[in-house]
Amino acid sequence: MTYRAILAASAALSFCLASAAASAQTADKSIALSNNYAGNSWRQAMINSWEEVTGKAVEDGIVGSADAFTTAENSATEQAAQLQNMILQGYDAIVLNSASPTALNGAVKEACDAGITVVSFDGVVTEPCAWRIAVDFKKMGSDQIEYLAERYPDGGKLLEIRGLPGTSVDEEIHAGIVEGVKAHPQFEVVREVQGDWTQTVAQKSVASVLASLPEVVGVVTQGGDGYGAAQAFKAAGREVPTIIMGNRHDELTWWKEQKDANGYETFSQSIAPGVSTLAFWVAQQILDGKDVPKDLVVPTLRIDQDGLAEGLEMTPEGGVTNQEYTQDQAAELISSAQ
Amino acid sequence: MARLDPKLLRAAVPALSLALLLVAIFIIQPRTMSYFGLNLMLNLALPIAFATMAQLFILTVNDLDLSIGGFVSMVACIAATWLNETPLLGIAALIASIAAYAALGALIHLRNLPSIVVTLGMSFVWLGCAVLLLPSPGGAAPDWLTAIVKFKMPFVPLAIVASAVLGLVVHFGLMRSAGGVVLRASGGNPQAVAKAGWSLLKLKVTMYALAGTFGVLSGLILVGTTTSADANIALRYTLLSIAGVILGGGEFTGGRVSPIGAVLGALTLALVGSLLSFLRISPEWQIGAQGLMLIVVLALRSLVNRFEERAQ
Repeated sequence: MTYRAILAASAALSFCLASAAASAQTADKSIALSNNYAGNSWRQAMINSWEEVTGKAVEDGIVGSADAFTTAENSATEQAAQLQNMILQGYDAIVLNSASPTALNGAVKEACDAGITVVSFDGVVTEPCAWRIAVDFKKMGSDQIEYLAERYPDGGKLLEIRGLPGTSVDEEIHAGIVEGVKAHPQFEVVREVQGDWTQTVAQKSVASVLASLPEVVGVVTQGGDGYGAAQAFKAAGREVPTIIMGNRHDELTWWKEQKDANGYETFSQSIAPGVSTLAFWVAQQILDGKDVPKDLVVPTLRIDQDGLAEGLEMTPEGGVTNQEYTQDQAAELISSAQ
Repeated sequence: MARLDPKLLRAAVPALSLALLLVAIFIIQPRTMSYFGLNLMLNLALPIAFATMAQLFILTVNDLDLSIGGFVSMVACIAATWLNETPLLGIAALIASIAAYAALGALIHLRNLPSIVVTLGMSFVWLGCAVLLLPSPGGAAPDWLTAIVKFKMPFVPLAIVASAVLGLVVHFGLMRSAGGVVLRASGGNPQAVAKAGWSLLKLKVTMYALAGTFGVLSGLILVGTTTSADANIALRYTLLSIAGVILGGGEFTGGRVSPIGAVLGALTLALVGSLLSFLRISPEWQIGAQGLMLIVVLALRSLVNRFEERAQ
């Protein structure tokens, strides 16, 4: 037995004690995830990330429990009932991806009145007592024009692929693009087509306008439509312009192929499904007594030319690039918002 | 020893399944056995109970209403916009929508149209109106409405009292009064009712107007609870209301319904979700488990039916 071993052991022990003290505030707290829909790959990845990260957090004794609940149908009334059940189960915090920005307000208020911390993300709620981790879709639009302005200082004509009509996400990304074009008047959107965030739809609608489409320098998109657009250009025998990608596996794979073959350059952006874990850590920080502003903005997960190989590694086949957040990242986001 | 009366058994199944469910919930989550707990679990069941009652009126006259979910959504949107900002216009719109329901009854009877087709078509009309009124989710419930719905009764939660009153009022109106007998018979044996000199048209219009009225009440209570609306807020009520009536001992044909059973059925459906989330079943299984519990209750029903047949 050497002194060194004892020293090491006591150092390890004191380290354990220190970390236990840091999380003692929330060690017996329980957090629930209320989710309204689980029917696509993004939501599946979101739930898997939640289970992975919170499972580890429970094991490490940072929180007492973190259960995930999904409603059978994407319906606001059913989710309101689910929230009320969670209140009765005595959760300390509820992390919420909401079916409606307003229809859950009554239930959210009841939860707040019962002393429960409510953190909404992705599908956020307007009730003032809840925290919101929102996506800045407008910035996702204007960032694309910013990027193109750097690539093509002289500007040029653009093709815009829209998302699902009538949704707020489509409206906001579009508004961001319009704003970007206003700030960089050397660009002009010559044609808008509907892509529904789906490769096949985007390919069909881009192909149908290609015959009458003048030379464009770039294609601004909403994600999930870049690969389809590229296929349409290729099939028509035209040179493929700079298409902004949306972190889908097929988009990144195609980009990698082109990059290796002819040095094709673009960038790719989307929201990582792992944003559920960011919401989890924010809830944990609030329970820990930290002062957190009510409105936070999720950073988009952006892949640039240099980060392509790494980004592709983070993307499961057929899925979206994912990133799970850590406690430190959440703390950083909170302090940067203050 | 007296044999079990099948009729009694039939009436007892909805009550028994609700009681079993409640006992299970109380055991798993004792916190629910309180004023606060019952209130939270049941306040969203109340609008479902009213929508179920609306469906019951339509089922009584051998029709099926596939538009009640869209209708309740539209009422919720009216309540969160017009009724709040310009109450007179709001009240007029609600009365007009009840009149539209009555007119639907007349149309279905006069042209001898299948109610499923007409109401399925109307469900899109109601939803369209709701989207026109409230293109993006929002609005605010009038303060008086929220105050009524969230009123804290002494000792017993409002949702329980209101459900009991709802069941009893309709029970005495439809099952015990002379007028109710005729209304039910217009579904069970229309020829006999017509021969006795009653106007089938008037009876059908009455039932549809009643359904519209209860649909309006359902929407108002819903929006009072949620405090704001969404055009898709109650689309699920169509199937829930049909399942509620059937769970409560009603049949698709022949004016055979039970108002008290329907209220119990609606509460049961609402509580199944609570039980599953208290059991902490994983999300993948929750969806299937909900359906499974409904099948179990319906299997009990068909057992009772067979028992009835043997008794005859």
